[in-house]
Amino acid sequence: MQADAAALSARRRGRLRREIPGALALAPTALVVLVVFLGCMLWTVRLSFTSSQLLPRFDFVGFEQFERLLGMGRFIVSAQNLVIFGVLFIAGCLVLGYLLAVFIDQKVRAEGAFRSIFLFPHAMSFVVTGLAWQWLLNPELGLQRLVRSWGWESFTFDWLVDRDMAIYTIVIAAIWQAAGLVMVILLAGLRGVDADLWKAAKIDGIPTWRVYGWIVTPLLKPMIVTAVVLLAISVVKLFDLVVAMTHGGPGIATEVPAKFVMDHLFERNNIGLATACAVMMLITVLAVLAPWLYARTRGGQRT
Amino acid sequence: MNTHPSETVADRTSVASPDTAQGRVAEGRRPQRLTLARIGVYAFLIVSALFFLLPVWVMILTSLKPMEEIRQGTLLALPAAPSLDAWGQAWSGACTGLNCDGIQVGFWNSIRILVPSLVLSVLAGAINGYALSFWRPRGAELMFGILLAGAFIPYQLFIYPLVRMFSVVGLYNSLTGIVIVHVIFGLPVMTLLFRNYYASLPVELFNAARVDGGGFWTILFRIILPMSAPILIVACILQVTGIWNDFLFGLTFAGRENLPMTVQLNNIVNSTQGERLYNVDMAATLLTALVPLVVYFVSGRWFVRGIAAGAVKG
Repeated sequence: MQADAAALSARRRGRLRREIPGALALAPTALVVLVVFLGCMLWTVRLSFTSSQLLPRFDFVGFEQFERLLGMGRFIVSAQNLVIFGVLFIAGCLVLGYLLAVFIDQKVRAEGAFRSIFLFPHAMSFVVTGLAWQWLLNPELGLQRLVRSWGWESFTFDWLVDRDMAIYTIVIAAIWQAAGLVMVILLAGLRGVDADLWKAAKIDGIPTWRVYGWIVTPLLKPMIVTAVVLLAISVVKLFDLVVAMTHGGPGIATEVPAKFVMDHLFERNNIGLATACAVMMLITVLAVLAPWLYARTRGGQRT
Repeated sequence: MNTHPSETVADRTSVASPDTAQGRVAEGRRPQRLTLARIGVYAFLIVSALFFLLPVWVMILTSLKPMEEIRQGTLLALPAAPSLDAWGQAWSGACTGLNCDGIQVGFWNSIRILVPSLVLSVLAGAINGYALSFWRPRGAELMFGILLAGAFIPYQLFIYPLVRMFSVVGLYNSLTGIVIVHVIFGLPVMTLLFRNYYASLPVELFNAARVDGGGFWTILFRIILPMSAPILIVACILQVTGIWNDFLFGLTFAGRENLPMTVQLNNIVNSTQGERLYNVDMAATLLTALVPLVVYFVSGRWFVRGIAAGAVKG
């Protein structure tokens, strides 16, 4: 008994000796997690239930800010834009990224060069992306003028300054920046497909496109899901690109929630409304993540 | 540059079938149809490559032309007399508001922000990953889980309280402030990278060092860090491009004196009064893109490894 107890306390001491340095080293990060990742987030959520404007107040007005938000044209446009942009951007990146990956996977020459070209925009900032496309798509001197100078006088491509179409120019620029990422993820998946599967399909005489459509694509589901989640998160965060390319214009045609928050925090001095919009962004992210996390914890082992 | 991006990703997932590349593409019975298909493949790839290259090509051309030539609207025409004047003006003469010191101001600000942010965030990631993988104090995994979740949450959820806290302690609008912000928001991915890398190192190595009486820091600096070269490279690439390309934090936390290059670029291009100098604008834009592009083309497959490790596992 005594020996047991001694061994136990020795082991406990050993364990403590092992834990304390690690715990000390992790303490600053733990503090950041508590204060920033949890504290600041809860603070923001709390503020969204107050009537704060220029300065934070700590009263409680229930869902008043959210009701105001939902009654604001600017927010509604922002939310709609997020949906339009999100759907087209994710679909566009998936289609283009998948096609690029499949075509690159056909034992082509200069594969490395193609891959470098498709991925390099991903190394550039959204500000650079936005300014490049803003120049390319400006109607006076950009693509429209170029095509007209080729003799097609009535050619019109002025989406950038068209209220109804401007959001689609943001989609184009964003796909240009992010399609390479999807290509990389899916190409890794394609390279992981068992070679025997291809041999079997060849013996059975199944055309290549059908193998891709009916056998390979389902195999790539985990990669596709990962890509969709990543893209969806970046959709909610969309900010720099809009600021650089259109600054929310023409009018409020390309406003997005992330910009709504920043504008109302720092220019319009309406903290309550800004934080309410931030909470809406949080809810959107959670709605995207929840099914994914659920599927992962049910199907997977990794934390 | 004959590095092959995504090679490592591919290698990792297809270890079991080294003949994948050979056993794949149908060398069908009808070579004629095959040739047509091959042409189609190359046509698609080349058209796509043109789409990806077009904006940068147009930017380069524009930056080399004088304004008279640009006003004629010949976007794709080669410059009659290429000149680097616009580049010079972008670097040292472009105006933001009343200051006409060029984009170089932003460049040096970005460097001053980047260096400490990079060193501190990579070091923090290494220490965290090492402590999480080998020392495993209780509760650490829970903390790590919350930290990772933080990577998914839009920054708009943290910004206002952070601004308040920073202004209380006098760090708002300062170089120190922006560096701290970069370190904080670099923590999730950096920690993840190093934790996953260290999880693949043999634990016996660590145990042997412990038996020899090595302490926390001794083992980290003498044994673990010297073995961490690959992951250090990946982490640096991720952070250099990430911090350089940041706009939101620079805009919010850096203050007028320290605005990074991206923010200054946006100010130069989008708040010009009077006629816009497109050649100068495009030169400034290319200059801002230069650092991440150099990192990208020099690092090649390492860049892809960073994306894969930082993104897919997130």
